[in-house]
Amino acid sequence: MESRWTWRFLALPGVVWLSLFFLVAFYAVLCVAFGNQNTLNEPVPFWNPLDWNVGYVLEVLQNFRDGGQYLTVYLRTFAYVGIAIVISLLIGYPVAYFAARHAGRWKGLLLVLLVLPWWINYLMRMLAWINLLDAAGWGTKVLHYTAIDQLFISLHLLSGEGRWLEGQPATVVIALVYGYVPFFVLPLFAALDRIDQRHIEAARDLGSSPFSAFRRVTLPLSLPGILAGLVLIALPMFGDYYTQDLVSASPRTSMIGNQIDQFTRQGSQKTVGAVLTVVLAVVLLVFMLYYLRATRRAGREGERE
Amino acid sequence: MSWLRNPWGRPRFLPIVTGVYILWSIVPVTVAVLFAFNDGRSRTTWQGFSTRWFLDDPGSVKNDPGLLSALQHTLLLAVICVVVAVPLGVALALGLQRWRGHGSGAANTLMLLPLVTPELVMGVALLLLFLQIFNGWGLGTTAQAIGQVTFAVSYVVVVVRGRLVTIGREYEEAAADLGAPPVSRLTRVLLPLLAPAIIASAGIVFALSIDDFVVTQYLSAGADTNTVSMLLYSTARGAPSPALNALASITLVITLVTIALAYLVYRRFAGAGSASEAATLGEVAIER
Repeated sequence: MESRWTWRFLALPGVVWLSLFFLVAFYAVLCVAFGNQNTLNEPVPFWNPLDWNVGYVLEVLQNFRDGGQYLTVYLRTFAYVGIAIVISLLIGYPVAYFAARHAGRWKGLLLVLLVLPWWINYLMRMLAWINLLDAAGWGTKVLHYTAIDQLFISLHLLSGEGRWLEGQPATVVIALVYGYVPFFVLPLFAALDRIDQRHIEAARDLGSSPFSAFRRVTLPLSLPGILAGLVLIALPMFGDYYTQDLVSASPRTSMIGNQIDQFTRQGSQKTVGAVLTVVLAVVLLVFMLYYLRATRRAGREGERE
Repeated sequence: MSWLRNPWGRPRFLPIVTGVYILWSIVPVTVAVLFAFNDGRSRTTWQGFSTRWFLDDPGSVKNDPGLLSALQHTLLLAVICVVVAVPLGVALALGLQRWRGHGSGAANTLMLLPLVTPELVMGVALLLLFLQIFNGWGLGTTAQAIGQVTFAVSYVVVVVRGRLVTIGREYEEAAADLGAPPVSRLTRVLLPLLAPAIIASAGIVFALSIDDFVVTQYLSAGADTNTVSMLLYSTARGAPSPALNALASITLVITLVTIALAYLVYRRFAGAGSASEAATLGEVAIER
């Protein structure tokens, strides 16, 4: 049989590329994390797993156990991401629901508008808000005239008029929502759009009220879409350092991503940075596997159709 | 809450939420583009229309060497990324789609992993790879291109496989029955049928590369390898003039035109009609 080998041969370059620049790259992180440091704090990786040194890993885990700075930053990141995905759900569900069910002849246009932010540079979208939330910016003025800034001040979410970009946790969370919610809305739209209208009609015919039809039919059927969408935006939020850097840059709002970025790219202690990267990857592995399974299942269903 | 009582009627609160959401997501960027045309140094006070930050001013995109070289480097990386990632991805898609048996499951997972890994983790991994193993190549343009290709390949595979599924095997089998050898079945039957998906994925990769930030920043080496995204990150808070907005607007137009063309080509030649298919094409860009 020619074909078996033809297809393997075609897949080969891609598989080699990904093995080299993804798997080996990740192996390098492990070897640095379980390696040593020289006197200049430069990493000395140990390439043989039998030689691995757990010293730096233990040091970091110890810090977690003792409630040190790594734990503080982790808890803060979980809180920011948790609040951000709840807000994303509250904003995203009605929008996706409307687009899938009630948009009528506007559906095409609406989809274009929902896709648009995907293809606008993330950093440009943040730049836009930096301009708007400047002390003299248009956004700050609008928020002042509508007394929203007073509301935020009275809720202790803002430390003073016009200080939106001065290390406010609320600004960081809202910026995260702004940055990632488009990536939630679209997959959720696709999930809602796939639900067979007849299920809902059947529920109505059998006497359920519109609300219970929504609660007992539409909502459960869209649950996999909700979960996949939330995982999809939570993963990059956990690895985000630029949003916080741009809209706050205060150590009081720094996230896991900022910590890793400081240790690795900006560079003082790459070994510690590698350890923190491994810890983050392990923490996120559950989510990643969930999402992989969900996409592969959807892929198989697609093939069967 | 009348929409609860009758979800088939015209719900009021849903269109309002959707409308506000659309405005919230689009208007800030529109304002940022508007200020690229400001006739003053301010990015907060409108001082009249001008194109000085694109062309005339000494600090404009055209005249500021830092801004111009970032734009050139961004486009250079995008071209390299398309040239390398598209053939690699098309071959991988064909291979994964038809190859059954030992190793195909693992290869599939390997292809999907870059899509779900937070970019920061990939950035750190590639940085350490180029510092510790491929230190002969070092950081810079080559490393940046390799890093971008590594995540772009998976997007190409997803788009091309989607098309492969809809094509089915009938055309290939017909060609085989008529006596076509395997290679010409591939080059004269499958590849022409895949052309729309290949062009669409080239557009997507081009746009992804332009908008990429984390991997590109981690693998950069000094000012020569700055891209537009990196410049936006490093100067957004302290930017001296609307030239930064002008630079961002130029890349915005390039990206949107590329994606629109990719979509039109796909629609015209692959007959993608339904709204859901449009969404799938968008869904492909899973994360940055």
